[in-house]
Amino acid sequence: MKEINDLNLLDDVKYTKSHEWTKISGDIVTIGINDYAQDQLGEIVFVELPETGDTFSKGDEFGSVESVKAVSEIYIPISGKIVEINEDLEDAPELVNESCYDNGWLIKIKPEDVSELDDLMDKDEYLNMLKG
Amino acid sequence: MRYLPHTKEDIKSMLKVAGQENLDDLFNCIPEDLKITNSLDLPQSLSEWELNAHMEELASLNIACKNYKCFMGAGSYDHYIPAIIPYLISRSEFMTAYTPYQPEVSQGTLQGIYEFQTMVTELLGMDIATASHYDCGTALAEACLIALKQNKKTNKIAVSALTHPSHRQIIHTYINPSGYEIVEIPYTKEGLTDVKALEAMDDIAGIAVQSPNFFGNIEDLSAFKAVADTKKILFITSFTEALAFGLLKNPGSFGADLVAGEGQSLGITKSFGGPGLGLLASTKKQMRNLPGRLIGKTKDANGDNGFVLTLATREQHIRREKASSNICSNNGLNAMTAGVYLATVGKIGIREIALQNHDKAVYLKKSLEKAGFESAFDTPFFNEFVMKVPAGFEQKRAALINDKCTFAGICLDKFYPELNHHYLFCATETISKKDIDQLAKEVQ
Amino acid sequence: MNQQPGTSGLIFNEPLLWDKSRDGRCAMSLPKSDVERAPLDENLTGDAPQLPQLSELDVVRHYTRLSQWNFGVDSGMYPLGSCTMKYNPKTNEVQAARQGFASAHPLSGDEFSQGALKLMYNLEQYLAQITGFNAVTLQPAAGAHGELAGMLMIHAYFATKGKQRSKIIIPDTAHGTNPASAALCGYTPVNIKSGPKGILEPETIAAIMDEDTAGIMVTNPNTLGLFEANIKEIAEIVHSKGGLVYGDGANMNAIMGIVKPGDIGIDVLHLNLHKTFSTPHGGGGPGSGPVAVGKVLEPFLPIPRVVKELDNYKLVTDFPDTMGRIHTFYGHFGILVRAYAYILSMGAKGLTDASKLAVLNANYVKESLKGTLNLPYDLPCMHECVFNDEFQKEYHITTMDIAKRLLDYGFHPPTVYFPLVVDGAFMVEPTETESKEDIDQFIDAVKAIAGEAREDPEKLKKAPLLTKVTRLDEVAAARKPCLRG
Repeated sequence: MKEINDLNLLDDVKYTKSHEWTKISGDIVTIGINDYAQDQLGEIVFVELPETGDTFSKGDEFGSVESVKAVSEIYIPISGKIVEINEDLEDAPELVNESCYDNGWLIKIKPEDVSELDDLMDKDEYLNMLKG
Repeated sequence: MRYLPHTKEDIKSMLKVAGQENLDDLFNCIPEDLKITNSLDLPQSLSEWELNAHMEELASLNIACKNYKCFMGAGSYDHYIPAIIPYLISRSEFMTAYTPYQPEVSQGTLQGIYEFQTMVTELLGMDIATASHYDCGTALAEACLIALKQNKKTNKIAVSALTHPSHRQIIHTYINPSGYEIVEIPYTKEGLTDVKALEAMDDIAGIAVQSPNFFGNIEDLSAFKAVADTKKILFITSFTEALAFGLLKNPGSFGADLVAGEGQSLGITKSFGGPGLGLLASTKKQMRNLPGRLIGKTKDANGDNGFVLTLATREQHIRREKASSNICSNNGLNAMTAGVYLATVGKIGIREIALQNHDKAVYLKKSLEKAGFESAFDTPFFNEFVMKVPAGFEQKRAALINDKCTFAGICLDKFYPELNHHYLFCATETISKKDIDQLAKEVQ
Repeated sequence: MNQQPGTSGLIFNEPLLWDKSRDGRCAMSLPKSDVERAPLDENLTGDAPQLPQLSELDVVRHYTRLSQWNFGVDSGMYPLGSCTMKYNPKTNEVQAARQGFASAHPLSGDEFSQGALKLMYNLEQYLAQITGFNAVTLQPAAGAHGELAGMLMIHAYFATKGKQRSKIIIPDTAHGTNPASAALCGYTPVNIKSGPKGILEPETIAAIMDEDTAGIMVTNPNTLGLFEANIKEIAEIVHSKGGLVYGDGANMNAIMGIVKPGDIGIDVLHLNLHKTFSTPHGGGGPGSGPVAVGKVLEPFLPIPRVVKELDNYKLVTDFPDTMGRIHTFYGHFGILVRAYAYILSMGAKGLTDASKLAVLNANYVKESLKGTLNLPYDLPCMHECVFNDEFQKEYHITTMDIAKRLLDYGFHPPTVYFPLVVDGAFMVEPTETESKEDIDQFIDAVKAIAGEAREDPEKLKKAPLLTKVTRLDEVAAARKPCLRG
């Protein structure tokens, strides 16, 4: 597993305590799990996602990511309705390992209140959390 | 004692390494007030020879020590078990191994169970079968829980009144603490589950129907599938006689989502009701919800084929409280046994045995009718059926056990009090025409 | 590696059954039908299932070859922690196969099943005596099934009190079946940490025990192989708030004739007959998980129960507070026969000696290997001890690598990566039936492997080398499951 300093952490996303990342694009928020999470899990074998149209409140569990020996629940950092899920993950869950910020994205959500993301961390704050 | 190899010298030198004076000192970490002060009050230990005598005497108190004629079914069936089956499964490497945690040295068990899974899917017409459960009742309870957990709108599941009475009790035991309930689907005068009554039920998460049912009758599963589709709920079927599908249309062909069954008929002795073999099969869609172990095919680092336990993230050792079930050890060796049986009888054998089961049961029914018994239901059956018995039958039945070592049917009134003087009869390939003729003569 | 058991030898490839199948073959002696064919509506009948078609020798060779790819207790030492892989006595097989037992139909009626009922009644008495409880059910089909039964009885108990509780305390050392069984009863597990000495501290329980907590599930000795010395105080804390103590008896092999769980504050305990009581593991069962209870929970036992009246034994269902039924008939009777035979063969002294020698063997392993592998809790252990791969980290060798290399030496590896409280856990339970010589070979093997970790780590990464297949791709198996042929 990677050392903290070797982690790939992007500047233009925000991070949650439970290792998800969010990126805003117009009125849609894209969510995935970050490099630390995919590295800790190891080779991912299955991703359980909700269906488009499902609604969640901030903090709800919205799915899970599985490796051979572990399962990690994933928590939604913002309330809203799911507008798209990454269907490629059904046949190629390894995309989350290979490209967790790009092709390995999980869901796209139309949020109710973007200010719910205010308490998320930027890259430096997240790194400090990991180190501390 | 022959199972304890330690000599006095062994104990002395091992204690030295362990840093203790004597064996009792090994338990110094236990507070004194928690220790037993006297010895366990158990019978004097027996030599192998005394044990043989003791067990022979005990076994002789069971009528089964004699060769009895069994016209009873109801979830436990008398079938021929070819000699190669106990011979092969008693091999130490199968019997004294444990769960295949180290697949490299468990390929025997793993391939054997993979083959079992495959043959069960063939038998039942389903996509996936698990590596086994304890019995049909517990497998069915797990299937009901799957349906209930998936349907967030209601806490009820519809279960046929002709599902084995013990199975209905087990379902209740399993689902009750989570606040779920059974709604029983009544039966018709044809001895079948009442589809119309089911159609009228709105608030249900799933449907569970046994076929052949407890009365031995063959249900029209397509009618229940239609109801399940209309209500958009899961359709679960169950069975107690696995050999029925050597002849009958399998549950998969009716679109069942989940199938629970009893595999004791597949080469396993009755053994006073256990261990039997729980079977659970599903469509591909339900794969990740299935409880129990699953064996999958894969390749090793050299590219050779091999087998492993897979999809373990459903299970308790990883998912803990979120697991699909708590099951760990299952009925592994009995699943192997069933695999050997299915390989032994094969496509030709299972068809012939199933046909003979049906033929013998039909001949038994006709013979009993000629002897003055009344048919309870005018419905097709596999190898069990219900008859209303004439007056005086009970005494004759008791006499038959004592004098002729014959068990003529099972009385139904403790299971279905409304069916007074009704008995459930069974005939398998082990019953001869002579046995049936003799029985009919005795109970005339 | 000359004195090590593991060696190479000729074994055989064997295809899948359907690859051997040839149309027209049948391995069974089909009985001749003596009645006429009875027609059945063709809407009800289907095609014969696509089962393989083989000759008798095909089947015999198939399974004989498959068996050679397996490792069992009869093959060699199998120190799988928490599984108690002790020797399975062959006389027990003879007893279970007796016609009077094997051919018995469960609905024959009490009068005609006195042998079975007497055996069950007496076995209940022996297990109650060994564990220090009032009453026993033999119905649960496995340990986890027994846990479920125990939790269901606790649930039924609180139901009669008029106020159901919602939580249950579960230590971090618990077996995964514990929280899974609790969840099946609707209890939310509250996880607590063991103390620095590897056992539970009363203060931890006192801090969270309340009147909405049904109780605690505790394994004693725990999965670190340590005796929970504070059990009595912990039980008092739980009882003082009206809760109950569930005992996971999987590790009973350490304390037979030494401690009676029923006397130290436990209210309900399950046993694993396929562990402590020598019944064979079968490659994953069938086992049996009897549950012993004290007076408080006795009314809630599953039905039917075996009752003795003078010299007669009966199955009785009339127990109004019963938790219900959890097995179609009476449990795994065939397994009960084997456990009964074992208890009669051992007697009180035999069982007590078994526990003492099991604990001796484990402590011997612990002291012999503690310089070679890291021992996180350097304390006297019970019947098992837990190491990890801390010392091997500098060579990038893991517990997994050591386990796989042990296969080449001719040993089944210990339990790995459990309990979760120890990173890279390596849990060794030799059991009492292993001789000093076999244990010494095991110790030598581990030492040799530790040496290989330093000198030739690449070899360990490739291990096992002598087995029929080497490390399998579990990722592919999970990504693209292929569950049937």
